[in-house]
Amino acid sequence: MTDKPLPVPNADTKEFWEGCAQGELRLQRCRACGAAQFPPRALCATCHASSPVWERASGRGRIVSHTRVHRPPSPAFKADVPYSVALVALEEGPRLMVTLRGGAEPRIGDAVRVGFDPPAGPDGIALPHAIILEAP
Amino acid sequence: MTQRAIITGVADTAVGDLPGSSCMGLHAEAASRALADAGLKPSEVDGVLCAYSFTEPHLMLASVFCEYFGIQPAYSAAIHAGGATGCIMVMQAAALVEAGLCRHVLVVAGDNRLSGLSRDKAVATLSEVGHPQFERPFGVTIPALYGLVAQAYMHRYGATPEHLAAMAVNSRTHAMRNPGAQMRKPITVAEVLASRFIAEPLRLLDCCLISDGGAALVVSAADAARDTAKRGVAVLGTGQKNTHEHLVAAPSLTEFGCRDSAVQAFGRAGITAAEIDVAEIYDSFTITLLIELESIGFFEKGEAGPAALAGALDLGGRLPCNTHGGLMSYAHSGAAGGLFHVTEAVRQLRGETEARQVPDAELAFVHGDGGILSAHCSLVLGRR
Ligand SMILES: [Zn+2]
Repeated sequence: MTDKPLPVPNADTKEFWEGCAQGELRLQRCRACGAAQFPPRALCATCHASSPVWERASGRGRIVSHTRVHRPPSPAFKADVPYSVALVALEEGPRLMVTLRGGAEPRIGDAVRVGFDPPAGPDGIALPHAIILEAP
Repeated sequence: MTQRAIITGVADTAVGDLPGSSCMGLHAEAASRALADAGLKPSEVDGVLCAYSFTEPHLMLASVFCEYFGIQPAYSAAIHAGGATGCIMVMQAAALVEAGLCRHVLVVAGDNRLSGLSRDKAVATLSEVGHPQFERPFGVTIPALYGLVAQAYMHRYGATPEHLAAMAVNSRTHAMRNPGAQMRKPITVAEVLASRFIAEPLRLLDCCLISDGGAALVVSAADAARDTAKRGVAVLGTGQKNTHEHLVAAPSLTEFGCRDSAVQAFGRAGITAAEIDVAEIYDSFTITLLIELESIGFFEKGEAGPAALAGALDLGGRLPCNTHGGLMSYAHSGAAGGLFHVTEAVRQLRGETEARQVPDAELAFVHGDGGILSAHCSLVLGRR
């Protein structure tokens, strides 16, 4: 399907999407107060210092909520229903929205690993997804 | 001390499926009727507040309305805050008249969202509130975003699907007493739980309607309210709190700005939640209402659902809530949806609501929520 709303990277988000295309999850970290942040911004939303720096994130986190979507936002998603979307709290703190892959029944608190879909569209966007890790 | 602003006129148009209606036509009808209710002429309006439209979107909707209606007020502006817009317009109108900048502010909204858009187009347009890069690409709708909130809140505080369903059943029970409501067929908890999933855990009957309709009200300065036609209703307290826009950036998935917004409004009114006789609270989804009831302090965490199952939100209950039927059974036509809660509260305080009247209602609480529990505005209204 061609008309899924793929991200169009801008000055704030380019670094993030470049990382995804290289299989690397990146977050911003404030040089002044140390806060990790997502979504990316031109400043730190915690202390308002300018120019947070990019770092590679662990890619590990836990499910803080999930839903299975039965009614899609547009025909572009119709072939996928029902599909599962989760909010993941990354080890570094920030929250990320992802598609849940792998078919396991999600529960809040489940540990996940973030991976990436194959790059798509003119900007080569690799959307992050999450796979639930087996309990040890 | 500043004299409280007075709501001197209110009106709803017909609601539901209104083929042949237009966005501006609904605005004009609601405005004319609210002015007639107040006993005012259009030329007496010196302030206008409008919202937004899906079917006739425009950068300057207040100017579009004033041109269409044929007035040239000294002040006009449009406010975009999703479901909080109705309450925010009233808060803003009250501030304008209390500051002496206006004498009679017309607050008006409407949209022909049902007949003027396909259901697919309405769903697609609403989905645009998601973050364009970090939410929408994953295929989330507004119900999906509220589904994420519901899952987290139910996990944290033990609310169940039955508790959510009780909110929908309560709305329908009230709507059955309201001849103007869009949906009046009785429903049961079992029927809500048997309706199809939209975004788990939310089912079709956990969701608000899509409707055509408009609403308007007139907010007047206390001294200008003396000559109006009906008994005025005072805006005793107002409050607002916005904590985020997008769910990925929300400070919490279980605690929201409704609490602080209500604390401000109760504080300014000098009353407590326990003194409220009737509440009209934004109910885009069952989970929206349940969270607001518990966050605002009408019920302890985990108790709104069981209380609703026992009839606490019905007439004669501890807190009659959404007596017109709310967004789930009365109507939801964009920003007018949030204004319907205000017009109903005013009519309850005037004693005009017949079969659904809360006896001797003196204090009403109204709450609007926009985005994904992002923007909140609360009003305390009182019989004058
Ligand atoms: Zn900082």
